[in-house]
Amino acid sequence: MSALGRVVRSGVGRRRVQTVVIGLATTMAVTASVLGGSLLVASTAPFDDAFAEQNGAHLSAQFDAGRTTADQLSATTTASGVTTAAGPFPTVSITPRVDGGPGTPPPMTVVGRADPGGPVDAVTLTEGRWASGPTEIVLSADGPLAKTPTGSALGSRLSFPDLPGGPTLTVVGLARSVSRTADGWVTPSRITSPQGYQVLYRFAAADTTEQVDAGRAAVTAAAPEGALSGSQSWLVVKKAADRAIAVFVPFLIAFGVLGLFMSLLVVGNVVAGAVGAGTRRIGILKALGFTPAQVVWAYMGQALIPTTVGIAIGVVAGNLLAIPVLAETEEVYGAVTLTVAPWVDVVVILGALGMVALTAWVTALRAGRLRTVDAIAVGRTPRPGRGQWAARLTARLPLPRPVSLGLARPFARPARAVAMTAAVLFGATAVTFAVGLASSLNQVQIARNHDSADVTVGSAGPGMSGPGRPGPPLTVDSAAVSALIDAQPGTSAYYSTARTRMTVAGVADTTTVVAFDGDATWDGYQMVSGTWFDEPGEAVAPRPFLNATGKRVGDTVTLNDGDKAVTVRIVGEVFEMSNDGMVVLTDARTVTISDSEPQRASHFITVQPGTDLTAYVDTLNTALKPFSAAAQPGRTNQASDTIVLINSLTAMLTLMLVAVAAMGVLNTVVLDTRERIRDLGVHKALGMTPRQTIAMVIASVVLIGVIGGVVGVPAGVALHEAVLPAMEENAGIGLPASAFTVLHLPELLLLGVGGLLIAVLGALLPATWAAKIRTAAALRTE
Amino acid sequence: MTTPVIELRDVSRRYDDGPPALNDVSLTVEAGEAVAILGPSGSGKSTMLNLIAALDRPDTGTVTVDGVRVDGLGEAASARYRRAKIGMVFQFFNLLDDLTVTDNVVLPAQLAGMARGEASRRAAELLSTLGVARHARAYPGRLSGGERQRVAVARALMNRPALLLADEPTGALDTASGEEVSALFTELNADGQTIVVVTHDLALAQSCTRRTIQLVDGRIAGDVVAEPSR
Repeated sequence: MSALGRVVRSGVGRRRVQTVVIGLATTMAVTASVLGGSLLVASTAPFDDAFAEQNGAHLSAQFDAGRTTADQLSATTTASGVTTAAGPFPTVSITPRVDGGPGTPPPMTVVGRADPGGPVDAVTLTEGRWASGPTEIVLSADGPLAKTPTGSALGSRLSFPDLPGGPTLTVVGLARSVSRTADGWVTPSRITSPQGYQVLYRFAAADTTEQVDAGRAAVTAAAPEGALSGSQSWLVVKKAADRAIAVFVPFLIAFGVLGLFMSLLVVGNVVAGAVGAGTRRIGILKALGFTPAQVVWAYMGQALIPTTVGIAIGVVAGNLLAIPVLAETEEVYGAVTLTVAPWVDVVVILGALGMVALTAWVTALRAGRLRTVDAIAVGRTPRPGRGQWAARLTARLPLPRPVSLGLARPFARPARAVAMTAAVLFGATAVTFAVGLASSLNQVQIARNHDSADVTVGSAGPGMSGPGRPGPPLTVDSAAVSALIDAQPGTSAYYSTARTRMTVAGVADTTTVVAFDGDATWDGYQMVSGTWFDEPGEAVAPRPFLNATGKRVGDTVTLNDGDKAVTVRIVGEVFEMSNDGMVVLTDARTVTISDSEPQRASHFITVQPGTDLTAYVDTLNTALKPFSAAAQPGRTNQASDTIVLINSLTAMLTLMLVAVAAMGVLNTVVLDTRERIRDLGVHKALGMTPRQTIAMVIASVVLIGVIGGVVGVPAGVALHEAVLPAMEENAGIGLPASAFTVLHLPELLLLGVGGLLIAVLGALLPATWAAKIRTAAALRTE
Repeated sequence: MTTPVIELRDVSRRYDDGPPALNDVSLTVEAGEAVAILGPSGSGKSTMLNLIAALDRPDTGTVTVDGVRVDGLGEAASARYRRAKIGMVFQFFNLLDDLTVTDNVVLPAQLAGMARGEASRRAAELLSTLGVARHARAYPGRLSGGERQRVAVARALMNRPALLLADEPTGALDTASGEEVSALFTELNADGQTIVVVTHDLALAQSCTRRTIQLVDGRIAGDVVAEPSR
């Protein structure tokens, strides 16, 4: 082995702790980079990627089986502009009943398909397998039945009383169609009497509504007259998917960028510190005849060996960790098969190696250029004079001496302290941002649920409330139900809703109008701006409606229903996600509605304090029996899957970033402790106990932790405040004010302590090591 | 009969598989004595000093200093023991470069919990006695070797230790500075301070101590008490 090789090998072996820390820090940083990079890539165009992967349908057309046969529809697949088509598939719209489950789920469109593949809409199986027998069904992974209270719906049974023979089907798979072509799939032979046929088309040009409309016209012309009963453009599906995704993209990008930036910082810091700590050894090597170039190569080699191992482990760990994280992201995005793009791995590997090599090269070059005698001297002690003023100052503080000694320490190595502070600062920023965002998302969820009602009355159904959930129409007499609720002992307050669809001039989509009878302000509706309506003629609406109509709070808008027109004044912007935000909420006296739109619940009740809710619901249900309506407890507090996923994703990313930050601190404190080992020996020889030694080392990072927290927390708040409006803008929705004001002084103070905790966490291990070191050995150390 | 300040009984210490650094050594040092431990490299001098200072533990035997059994003390207890009973002076001074002379001297007292004001008064007194009061606010790096060693001695005496241990105290000094330190030790001993000096330097041993213990291969090869000069 050459002299250079021996030096590299002995350097790596001799400083085992340093080598391990470099390896660990690199592992964490590379893991975070792979994860952050993958999220960034996955966030660029998840719908478009998934649509391309599945050969999504530009137009999903539904034909009436009473007006056409399957054979007649084959002519449509060669219509002008059609490049590829799939189908016709027999379809049926049916209402299932979950075996053993309460209530009735909404009706679902079931399509008969022999397999998930095909030239258009190649559906992705997310769980289980495709239906192969007449008693099997595959459900849409994004449908309401895909999950049961105990987890996946796989293996559960659905009965279809409306089908001939009332069959019961077993769920054998869950699948995702990006084109949203069905709620469930069965074998074609299962649908013996199709209500319709589904044909899926891809067009040569389908980038604009006009192009898709032209394709639709060509298909319609090729089909028997009046056969087309409905169709769905991919642009509509894309718009809805993009809106859902858009809320989360800025958040994931922010985390991805934070992860990458912190990783670079920590790896750079670790390597620079390690090479800097070897300056004296560099001096000795030069004294032995090594050329400056050999010294630089030796130290680059020493840095590259543990970092290469760390990079290898980090890439594997990052990919392994990315599998569940991307699977969760997949759920959030409604996308399919998100995987780590291979080029992300390549870029991270090359980037990390390049970063390490560059940092090591620059630091070693500086050391290599030092005069031999200076290198030996520099390596032995810090430059005299640095931090002495701080030591003088802290010595006067009324603190135990070990603490005041520790407090002065960062000033002896200011560059190192700045790097450490930056690591803590980013960690504190990440934690603050994560906590703020998780709190905001929870507030969004609360606002979205607006389910403060203790009891809801309607056609029953688990976890449904508010105007946002479609369901079977409630056919009971609302006034009669109101009278029953009025008469029921324990009722504190209630309101009822009715809904219809109306149009606004110039807006293509219909608008759902919800009419409120009674005060609903206690039920958790949250305002983005303005106020809730007070009087007839006033209304509130969410931002998508305001954007679509070009209105603002204070403007008036005319709602049309056939020949009737109602003009309302928008007095507030409300947070409401139903019907993609195309909703107007107003007083029942503004518009007369006879429940033309299906809704789950019609009456929302709050009971008097001390009322036995179960007894209240039972009594009310007895009274409601003749009306075929049912009461059920409200307050589902149901967090959406998306929010749960985002929260768990946030927790995982935050933990990783905190670990990277703590690793940065750990490395620096290890370096510092090693460098000062002789001083430690002196302190111990003078009577410093192990506990005092730990206090001194921990105190050396306290100031760094405090500064990191004090700067990092406002930075995290600023990031939170910047990302939330970006989420609003991306998604085209207005978030409730409560989502913005989630971090108050007590939380901020606690988060500030978080910076300190990161620093202390990072310093704990070297502090314990310093306490355990044998005094005699420390005194002998050169 | 007075209690000995140092009492080593049948002490042995071996590092790894090497020969014993100390081999069945017994030794007693009375209060007020000044003892030099002499011997070539590897004879066991530093090992003996480390055992007395509770920086290391013997494999067998007992070490008692000023009535305290120190051979079985844990890390925290041995630190408290050093604070209370021992003052140490090193060959290379081991002053902390980022602290002023005064801050170096008061450190052992502060670690022991003494109030800063009281510690500062005691430090000023010691620095004055040792002739380095004018450097009280200076940093060690600006002092000569002899001055640094005087500051180190002041620091060692800060907690009024029963025993002053010095490891090659003149090893890093020029002749004149070495003689100064030697004279200082003689004065301190004359004032009743018990001193144990580990050294190669026979001249130092003869000038500042009356008793000389010769160590060879971990055993006491000679223990000579010089007649008082007339």
